[in-house]
Amino acid sequence: MKSAVITFPGSNCDRDMHVALNKFGFKNKMVWHNDNELPKSDLVVLPGGFSYGDYLRCGSMASKSKIMQSVINFAKSGGLVMGICNGFQILVESGLVPGILLRNKYLEFICKNVFVKINNKDNPYFKNLDKEVFELHIAHNEGNYFCTNDQLKEIVDNNQVAIYYCSDNGKTEEKFNPNGSLKNIAGIFNKEKNVLGMMPHPERMIDKSLSGEDGSLFFKNLLNNIK
Amino acid sequence: MKVSAIITLKKDVLDPQGKVIHQTLDGMGFKDVNEVRQGKYFEIDVKENDPQKAQKIVEDMCNKLLANLVIENYKIIEIQ
Repeated sequence: MKSAVITFPGSNCDRDMHVALNKFGFKNKMVWHNDNELPKSDLVVLPGGFSYGDYLRCGSMASKSKIMQSVINFAKSGGLVMGICNGFQILVESGLVPGILLRNKYLEFICKNVFVKINNKDNPYFKNLDKEVFELHIAHNEGNYFCTNDQLKEIVDNNQVAIYYCSDNGKTEEKFNPNGSLKNIAGIFNKEKNVLGMMPHPERMIDKSLSGEDGSLFFKNLLNNIK
Repeated sequence: MKVSAIITLKKDVLDPQGKVIHQTLDGMGFKDVNEVRQGKYFEIDVKENDPQKAQKIVEDMCNKLLANLVIENYKIIEIQ
């Protein structure tokens, strides 16, 4: 399976993602933001970081970069596009998933492990996972998910919430919400569920001795699902 | 023409920065504040001499990049 990770000026999780994808069997290619065309891929990843210095709004400049037109076309034709952290911010700014990520509620940069609960497994990302709650890492200043009431209704009606922040045993209460996100939302899909944006970093949880292995489960399963 | 635009958060969007500024003002002794909302200001010099056309161009920029209409409103406040 072939994947492509886009590097924007200021991306800093692109190589971690490259390592993770290769480790679990993808043949990954790094793609520069100024390129016009995506290489032939089964999965495109927009990585974390601080693209364009987070100027104006996080992800806003990156969403207009040259390669994004190809990424948008790829997504519209049903291709799998995953945005992690800053990649999620780029996805919302490009309109591929609804809503926006605001500054964290308590104005602090949050860098810690959190638990997330999978809400919808009827998609290529989470299908066949036999676990509900995952421990993943977050590191962001703008992860406070927000959308209009109309968008929220649509998101809920179409079962577009991918993951919620929760406790270690899956309770999705406000006290387990690290950043003020609406309804504890940590990640969402587009309507068709081929585009996934999420704040937590699965690529940081792929080694038992460094962190944890819940990211490994995610990548192994993803590869199997799209084989 | 120079076009000035301000971008403000919509009414029901939480503005934590505005809130902290409000608290700080309060701590400094400015007790008569109901609320503080923080926004952005842009001054754009466009290569266009017709004010109406210049306004249209900047409005287009606001719609496509400068503002995110999910959370923000924009207003052209000056054209000179």
